[in-house]
Amino acid sequence: MLKIDNLSATVADKPILKGLSLTVNPGEIHAIMGPNGAGKSTLAYVLGGRPGYQVTGGEVTLEGQDLLALAPHERAAAGLFLGFQYPVEIPGVSFVQFLREAANAQRKHRGQPPLSGGEFLKLAREKAALLRMDMEMLKRPVNMGFSGGEKKRAEMVQMGILDPSFAVLDETDSGLDIDALRIVGEGINAIMRKPDKAVLLITHYQRLLDYVRPDFVHVLADGRIVRTGGAELALELEEHGYEAVA
Amino acid sequence: MTLALPTRREEAYRYADLASLAQVWPVVPEPIQVAAGASDQLAIVLDGSTPIARHLIITLAPGATYDLRILNAVDAFGRIAIDVRLGENADFTLGAAQLGASGQTLEIVTEVTHAEPSATSRQIVRSVLGQGATGTYLGKVAVARGADGTDSGQSVRAMLLDRTATANAKPELEIYADDVKCAHGCAIGELDAQGLFYLESRGIPPAQAKRLMLQAFIAEAFAGGVDEERLSGLALARLEAML
Repeated sequence: MLKIDNLSATVADKPILKGLSLTVNPGEIHAIMGPNGAGKSTLAYVLGGRPGYQVTGGEVTLEGQDLLALAPHERAAAGLFLGFQYPVEIPGVSFVQFLREAANAQRKHRGQPPLSGGEFLKLAREKAALLRMDMEMLKRPVNMGFSGGEKKRAEMVQMGILDPSFAVLDETDSGLDIDALRIVGEGINAIMRKPDKAVLLITHYQRLLDYVRPDFVHVLADGRIVRTGGAELALELEEHGYEAVA
Repeated sequence: MTLALPTRREEAYRYADLASLAQVWPVVPEPIQVAAGASDQLAIVLDGSTPIARHLIITLAPGATYDLRILNAVDAFGRIAIDVRLGENADFTLGAAQLGASGQTLEIVTEVTHAEPSATSRQIVRSVLGQGATGTYLGKVAVARGADGTDSGQSVRAMLLDRTATANAKPELEIYADDVKCAHGCAIGELDAQGLFYLESRGIPPAQAKRLMLQAFIAEAFAGGVDEERLSGLALARLEAML
């Protein structure tokens, strides 16, 4: 599904990713762990196409398509979802308006008819309920006045509505209390744990992986994947730290 | 009587497109009077591709209320000057948006005089300016001697879509009373790049993402006012054409 081959990238001319390779097959959940500054968020932004993140070498394909050749909105239409570590506040634009425009822009790009207002609201209500989010909150401006945990739950509501085939979730567990962590974990499973979908979970901690059990765990250090294992690798990291394991 | 064309030395015309102004000079003032205790409202759309200059002179008797909303989207020189005189307990609201895609000179010049005690005034001006466009807001609030209890607020913001766009904003307060509240805020900026990427990452094409953010940016100018839907709709169409 996602194939990253020898990817190098710089931010402000500083090399961050240095020949990263990774293959994620449909139905798989991969976790990427690693110390601060290893390049985890850079990987997420490079996959999403954020301006300022310069690819200097390598290839990335999503379901055979050259992902790096696409603009950010085209990557979304191709099935990519980027869960932000720090979801952005957008004054004056309501979640409902934003998400309906986003869903319909993706559908248009794929040659599908737009969702009507009623169809969209039904879908939004269903996904908000899944993440135990009050529908009233989605009538407010995007992420404005939301707590850290609410922002992360709102990211998952967005993922549910947009129904991507591949999600990169950048520290979706940070800022969550214990209950919210479970709700978000169950949400990820409900939305993405399917034979035709896959997830790349970027995290610092083992705790999210208690709810979303990964098929593979990778350790990212200094811009490369230095070790790969099963779910047990995360436990080992938790116990011994990155330095001992990587 | 022939009025001489103003020069740039006159503060109110400092940023005007004088060559275009000459085509419509002299500007005949349009008086508007609201009787004591009465309420009135007006929505003005300045558009088309020929220069426009207007000058409203609004007089509010004690207790009168006036709500004025303006969309300045002339595809040339578009100017509106508004002089307001508020009597005791009168209330004046101005909500205005100026949208210039490329090369236009758009300006709003206000002089709001609190002549008597306890009057209130609010002014909200939003400008969105593209390539080579100039948007100016000169806003003077004068509080006369004895006009205590005055409460006046001004919020001025401009969004520059291009390096070659220009926004001029000049709030000016002239206060001769003691018990007065006059708030003003002014900001000139660019669209938030992080916000745009966030919207685009959800599948919204760049022009549509900008339009969403700009629509929100100008919404406050028309919110709760006369003809809100029509003005917002016209502004939206204009923004879509600009991007």
